[in-house]
Amino acid sequence: MPKKVHVQTTINGETVEFLCEPRQSLLEVLRDELGMTGAKEGCNNGNCGACSVILDGRLVNSCIVLGVETEGKTVETVEGLAEPGKLHPIQEIFLEDAALQCGICTPGFIVATKALLDKNPNPTEYEVRYWLAGNLCRCTGYDKIVRAVLDSAQIMSSEVGA
Amino acid sequence: MRAFDYIPAKTVDEAVALLAEKGDQAKPLSGGTDLIVMVREGRRQLDLMVDVKDIPETNVLSYSQETGLHLGAAVPCYQIYADDEISAAYPGLADAAKIIGGTAIQGRASVGGNLCNASPAADTIPPLIVLEAVCVIAGPNGTRDVPAEQFCTGPGQTVLENGEFLVSFKIPAPKNNSSSYYLRFIPRNEMDIAVVGAGASVVLDTEKTSFVSARIGLAAVAPTPLFAEEASASLAGREVSDEAVNAAAEAARHIARPISDMRGTIEQRVHLVEVLTRRALNGAIHRVKES
Repeated sequence: MPKKVHVQTTINGETVEFLCEPRQSLLEVLRDELGMTGAKEGCNNGNCGACSVILDGRLVNSCIVLGVETEGKTVETVEGLAEPGKLHPIQEIFLEDAALQCGICTPGFIVATKALLDKNPNPTEYEVRYWLAGNLCRCTGYDKIVRAVLDSAQIMSSEVGA
Repeated sequence: MRAFDYIPAKTVDEAVALLAEKGDQAKPLSGGTDLIVMVREGRRQLDLMVDVKDIPETNVLSYSQETGLHLGAAVPCYQIYADDEISAAYPGLADAAKIIGGTAIQGRASVGGNLCNASPAADTIPPLIVLEAVCVIAGPNGTRDVPAEQFCTGPGQTVLENGEFLVSFKIPAPKNNSSSYYLRFIPRNEMDIAVVGAGASVVLDTEKTSFVSARIGLAAVAPTPLFAEEASASLAGREVSDEAVNAAAEAARHIARPISDMRGTIEQRVHLVEVLTRRALNGAIHRVKES
């Protein structure tokens, strides 16, 4: 039986240490070992994007990253977006635009949106749809989601400019 | 899922030694978008994953007009299409890197892993074939080079022996008046597996009116991706015309040996080979003419 491995990583700006088996995914480590249940388990094989996190600045599916692979790396999850008592603008706008139905895909969409807007603050609708192709909403509320992303981009860039 | 060990290798020699010791119970790990899913779903049993993506040789990404492209096997797809110079020199490879999975997959999945996974439908393999990529393999007896079209031996099967792993690709510098193109047929817009894929590279003469040479590669129409050798050779020296392109596309159709499955029937796939080969050739020709 392989031993558990000690891993040190930075999650949402804080140094975190945990023990995990090599076979555990980053998603399992986040949810089961660290109690961070923001990232959701949908397909568990890299198709649906419900488990999206940002690893060293790149959007990834945490269900197909091993926990042990994050040694020395930086992880951003949906829990890192809001400040105490204040939602992140993307979260606010997803609420205002009612860009969610059952809500299971929402953390993944929000993290994927954050990764997009960090890289491209003013995406076109085409770019938004292309970027989010790996995030599935089985309630099929895509139109409101895409509008929320475009609204987030507009509001966030006008805040930066103000 | 059986428990397994994980060791990040720092050098090529260390990875080879670890892989050789465990034989077929060890696999190299790069982006993991195929391997981790296979192992965690119990479709593949392993004792050891050797992480090779922190080895300098698997991360190299260097291009020059004289020596061509040296592409590390662990370089994720997004780095290819994010590089304007590489995308301009090898547009067919960038076409494929852009359509594998979604954003999150492209952040991890490597061209090297796409080849080693040896899916008949792998999108990057036809471009590797038409761009004359050479695979650099390290193993217990040193390194060896294998042309991309000879790397896959069956679905999920490759020429890699126990203890060997793919380190990098050497892709020759593009010739004057050349370009490449890859496209696939899928019933959706994104996030799907090719029903058929076709890649083409063409070298035209200085007037851009005749073919000097061409190469055609096909995916999802045989147990491995195919180099359509006769169809490719038929274009050498011919005038650039619909007639020549259509004849090559018709010739490519004859090497397709597809199966019928949930994605498409034999008849549909054979038909698609002709259509997509024509479009891939015309796409590559168009790119030469507009450059």
